[in-house]
This record gives sequence, C-alpha cells and structure tokens, in this order.
Amino acid sequence: MTLAPERPTTPTGRPAGGSLVEQFEFGLDAPICLTWELTYACNLECAHCLSSSGRRDPRELSTEQCKAVIDELQRMQIFYVNIGGGEPTIRPDFWELVEYAVDHQVGVKFSTNGFRITPERAAFLASTDYVDVQISLDGATAEVNDRVRGAGSYDTALKALRNLRDAGFSDAKISVVCTRENIGQLDDFKAIADEYGATLRLTRLRPSGRGADVWDELHPLPEQQRELYDWLMAHGEDVLTGDSFFHLAAYGESLPGLNLCGAGRVVCLIDPIGDVYACPFAIHDQFLAGNLLGEGGFREVWQSSPLFTELRSPQTGGACTKCQHFDACRGGCMAAKFFTGLPLDGPDPECVQGYGETALAGDRSVPTASQDHSRSQASRNAPVLLNLGATRRRPVSACNEDPLAGGDLS
Amino acid sequence: MPDRMLEEPWTLSPSVALRPEPFGALAYHFGNRKLTFLKRPELVEVVRLLEQHPRLGSALDAAGIPPEQHDAYAAALRALAETDMIRPRHEEAA
Repeated sequence: MTLAPERPTTPTGRPAGGSLVEQFEFGLDAPICLTWELTYACNLECAHCLSSSGRRDPRELSTEQCKAVIDELQRMQIFYVNIGGGEPTIRPDFWELVEYAVDHQVGVKFSTNGFRITPERAAFLASTDYVDVQISLDGATAEVNDRVRGAGSYDTALKALRNLRDAGFSDAKISVVCTRENIGQLDDFKAIADEYGATLRLTRLRPSGRGADVWDELHPLPEQQRELYDWLMAHGEDVLTGDSFFHLAAYGESLPGLNLCGAGRVVCLIDPIGDVYACPFAIHDQFLAGNLLGEGGFREVWQSSPLFTELRSPQTGGACTKCQHFDACRGGCMAAKFFTGLPLDGPDPECVQGYGETALAGDRSVPTASQDHSRSQASRNAPVLLNLGATRRRPVSACNEDPLAGGDLS
Repeated sequence: MPDRMLEEPWTLSPSVALRPEPFGALAYHFGNRKLTFLKRPELVEVVRLLEQHPRLGSALDAAGIPPEQHDAYAAALRALAETDMIRPRHEEAA
C-alpha cells in the first residue's frame, strides 16, 4: 500500500542550507511540536472532537509509564509538550505528571475545557513557570459555543479564565476551532481574550474523529475562509494559529509561521495508550507509526518508523504539484484530505482556489474510523449537534469494497 | 569599521538549551519559551564557543569563520541577543 503522494523511489538527500521549510520536510531528530493526549476520557462530548473522546481506554498508560515517556522526551531534548485528551485533568495523576515534566525540563502546555481550573488550581498554575494553559472555547457566546461543546461549557470555560486571571496567571491561551458558526465572532473572541489578559489561538476544523460527522455542516464557507484570512493577516503574530491555516496561503501572502504539513516531520501525536500518530488530526490506523512501549521507545518510532520515513521524502507527483500555488500551500492538510476521502496528492478539501470543491463533488470514499472512544449514549448536556446530528456513520465491515462504504455523499 | 560587538565577551544564555539537528541546531529558551533555529553548523559552533573566549572575535576565529564574514556573524548574533539566546558576559572582578 502506498499511503503518501508519489515520491522518489530512492530517498533524496537533505539539501545543505536552503530554507527551514525545505529542511523540515526531511524531518528532524526529534519533533518540535509534540502533542500528547493523556486520556480519551472526557466530561464533555463535543460534536467535532478530533479524537472521538468520551470513554477512558483500559490500556491507558500508567503513571509510571507516563513518567518513563517524560524521561525519554527529556533525553531527546523535546523542550515542551502539548498535553490534551479527552480532558487531561480527569486523570487523577494529571498534576503529578505536569510537575514531573516541568522538573525534567519538559515544559507543558495543556488544553482543557476548564472544569477543573478551580481558584486553588489557578493559584498553583500562577506560581509555576513552564506551564501554559489553553482553554477551549468554540463560540464567543454561550449559544454558539454550547451548540457544539454542550450545555454549560461556555460558562465553565469563562469561569476558568476568570479564576486564572484572578490568581494572577498571565497569558492563558483561548483556543478556538473556527467554524461556519463562529467566524463572524472573531472580534468578539479577541475582546474576550483581551478582557482576561489571554492570547487568542485559532485553529482549523478538521474532519477528524467526530469532526468527520459534522464537517459538512460546520466547515467555513469559501467567503468565510477569505474573511478569516484577512482577519489573520490584520492581526499578525498577536494571534496564534498553530500554523494550521497554511492552506490559506494560496490566497497570496503567507501567514506567519511554518507553511507546511509537519506530520511526521516536525509534529506528531502520542495517544493515551502510547500509539504514535503522524499528527494530532490523524488518529487512524493509516497514520499509526508504532507504539512507544516497543523496545526502541518513542525515539525509535520517531526516527525509524517506515511511515515517518515515507512522510519525510518530498512529494513529486499529483495534481497539486502542477498548480502555480503549490509552493505556497504545499497541497494543504493531509488529514483533511484523508478524512474527506480525497487523494493525498490532490487538493485540500478547502483549497482556496476552488479545486477542493470540484474534488469533493467527484467520486470519493470516506474512510471508516479505525477507533472511537465516544460514549455509547449521549448525556443530558450533550451538544445539540450530537443529539440532532443523526449523521453518525453506521459501522461498515472492513472488507466492504464498495467505494461508497460508510460515505455520506448526500 | 568592524562591529564593536566583536570586541565584547558574550555567552549562551543560561536558560537556553541547544539541540543538534541535521541542519544545525534548535535553540530553546526556557524562560521566554522562544524557539530559534540556527541554520548553519558554523553558527552553532560559534554559539557554543562564546563563553570560552574573551571576545566574540576570537570565538569566531576558533570556529574557523574567515575575518571577512565576522561582521555578518555579528549581525546574526545580535539578532540572537534580542531574544536573550545569547547575552553579554560580565566578567566578575578578580
């Protein structure tokens, strides 16, 4: 099976000198941006959860195993890690692991919905260096936010921000997944960030995890993509993006940050059971490089897995390489293509030149999820979209060869 | 006129760790959390040698940087100083 776009059959050597982007395409000895989902357990059940979280996986790494991972990150000089989930603070050993990481020169930024950020925790966080907190908020109003994140989640997030500010914690991050329903609220998000002395972080909605079920309804419309691009250009480096909008670079000028797909090159994901995936938006068997409980540990997976080696060779073929904008957008997001059933060497489904729409209208087969930790029944506070969604794909047997298997092409 | 910085003693900031990479190194500042890429192995060598030398110019010499490139290196190092990756070394009085 060939996963990635057409690439040279013999690995081409890394260029001497050249731009950083060219260097990064060949990969680094250790990731720059490592995301570690500590648990699939979550008190919320966001409609667009990219890791389909809800229930804890019984194989979840133990405290001791997590500490061994941190020891290895320290040896590899991975200077900070983005911790997420699920809701990572649900783990009883969460604060212990944060302290262990910081004591071992691995700084932590963790993402939370805020429900455990009490005044006491906020005071602890304000007293430590090297710990950064990111509160998820997907609407600048309760109405917009709670529709995707669930009843009460807006108030929870703002309360956490208030507790952090009152404790003297400076520069919390507010992390927003940009959707059709909140792109019109960008200025309002910025105002909330300013009010709480926080920094706004905007990221792209991916059709990953449960996001696949709501992507058609929620992904920004073409004119909203332009609105977002203009807004980001106007706000420059004051707003963080995790470099997630590089597909917008084909509008013209590049946004600040790295404009390339970092999957397996400078980015990867460690999941709660120690599986290592090419990126946080690609939790699927096709992007699984290995498990860090194996003999060589995380280093071996990062440096030598066949998948990552393949991702580190330059793309030489496919429709996009012939496009005049290829140097700007580099073909867009691999995960967005994969989970919408588009070829990986073709356009991003949200290609700003419009090639994505054409591709989406053609023949495609949306892949079936290879894992799902969603709760089997939605709770009382579940987001409206999950209750009404009814778009959850029925399981399809692995041997179903029908190109429309599991697809929702309506 | 040569850059005055070449005459001064400099050092890698104590909050900075260097991670070797195929293209050079990655420098991370644990205080301000800035990540900087040192794109040339020669520059990495210079940064490592700083603290052993009484002046930047001699660190450049030791790293084998030809004199005609010293001013260009001083400019690159000044950029690193702006984010406290390197800092002036204040010699303690004997």
